[in-house]
Amino acid sequence: MSINGKAYIVGAFEHPTRKADDKSVAQLHAEVAYGALQDAGLSKDDVDGFFCTGAAPGLGPLNMADYLGLTKLRHLDSTDVGGSSYVLHVGHAAEAIALGLCDIALVTLAGRPRAEAMATGTAPRSWGVNVPDDPFEIPYGRTVANAYAMCAMRHMHEFGTTSEQLAWIKVAASHHAQWNEHAMLRKVVTVEEVVNSPMISDPLHRLDCCVISDGGGALILAKPEIAKSLKRPLVKVKGHGEATKNQNAGYTDLTYSGARWSGPRAFEEAGVTPKDIQYASIYDSFTITVLMQLEDLGFCEKGQGGKFVSDGNLISGVGKLPFNTDGGGLCNNHPANRGGMTKVIEAVRQLRGEAHPKVQVPGCTLALAHGTGGLLGTRHGSATVILERE
Amino acid sequence: MATPASNRQLPAIQVDPTNKPYFDAAREGRLLIGLCKDTGKHFWYPRGCSPFTLSNNVELVEAKGTGVIYTYTVMRTKEPYCVAYVELDEGVRVFTNIVDCDLDSLKIGQKVKVVFKPTQGDAPPATMFTPA
Repeated sequence: MSINGKAYIVGAFEHPTRKADDKSVAQLHAEVAYGALQDAGLSKDDVDGFFCTGAAPGLGPLNMADYLGLTKLRHLDSTDVGGSSYVLHVGHAAEAIALGLCDIALVTLAGRPRAEAMATGTAPRSWGVNVPDDPFEIPYGRTVANAYAMCAMRHMHEFGTTSEQLAWIKVAASHHAQWNEHAMLRKVVTVEEVVNSPMISDPLHRLDCCVISDGGGALILAKPEIAKSLKRPLVKVKGHGEATKNQNAGYTDLTYSGARWSGPRAFEEAGVTPKDIQYASIYDSFTITVLMQLEDLGFCEKGQGGKFVSDGNLISGVGKLPFNTDGGGLCNNHPANRGGMTKVIEAVRQLRGEAHPKVQVPGCTLALAHGTGGLLGTRHGSATVILERE
Repeated sequence: MATPASNRQLPAIQVDPTNKPYFDAAREGRLLIGLCKDTGKHFWYPRGCSPFTLSNNVELVEAKGTGVIYTYTVMRTKEPYCVAYVELDEGVRVFTNIVDCDLDSLKIGQKVKVVFKPTQGDAPPATMFTPA
């Protein structure tokens, strides 16, 4: 079964907050759900499919469905693959709609790691109890930052990638963020400023890392008949791919990501190639994340990512592949430490022609959103969607 | 500029019934790795099933305890430490720390050997490496 053309993204909402001292996580879920429903021109009793992750408070989707007053649900999905979940949920929601399991799906994300003063990237963290790899990794101080830094170190060793090339990714994000009034970091930075910022985990500097922010976002997907009855521009789900990558029984290879598998699956379903993509939302937990995913998605050859991202090639209006025109996780926000939601939302804005005029890609009809969730250096989820303006 | 590896306090390792033999050997200063008896291939990390066949026809075998750094990074925290993957001579890549050295002198491909470092309380030691 193909999902190409079977579902549309009809509502999208990004919470404007970046520090939610005065709101609970559940309330943030409510506000993004309401915002996305308002955007679509629907109400909560129209929702019959609900998608969230382990970041939502409670047992799977149950407590949030209760809090939000969702009483018409006939399809649930709380697949949690970290920050890539919300890209994956677009695919799963389209599948569910295509199968008639639901007509209108709501996907929500919210969190407040900043208000809770969480050391997201630099404190060792387990994903739960009885995790079999924990005794072999947690005592060694595994953090988000060092798990990605080891990939960067190996990439530099194998392909000659430089810190200056990685810095170009942050520079491009900052060029976009300057136009986003909600972005945490709006100052345009230079390559020199990135490579001269404090070292966090060699070779990643502070400015190679994404921000820590509160907030969230929500999406509404609907079947074609409903989408066409609404007043918003039509954004069609054209293709989806998902994958996991792990340590391969100890024969781990840190030079590539799961995008190597999720990307081609999405492109095949959509019937398009990387050359056709006019705008790309690429998960940017760190600069190295972007570089490796661009290679693995086929935007350039493996090992050529450093060259590809240099000289402003990712800056809208300047380079060949405008990316993360909201400023991305590197400059705008990374709500609940999960960036997949905002990746999809900015792709929707671009396809609707509703991105900031300074970063809007003219005549944008084909966009990609891609997420990596978990740890690039150990085990991660990978999800790719391709969206089209109809 | 040299950055001596810190002797940061290590958290207690949580032992479960399946990985207990690995940590019992670590207490004796021996490094064990998984062996799939269906395929004859080594695996990491130790577990009760073969990641190649999923059968439980596995055992722990002693490794030489030497290898090379596959990749590494230095966490520039108040107590700097090096996280690395060490490729053992047997072929598997082990998530670990490089210790007892100048953290600024490390290189990918560098030869290392195993050392065991105490963790909190009565918990078993952590398996780490130092330049050979």
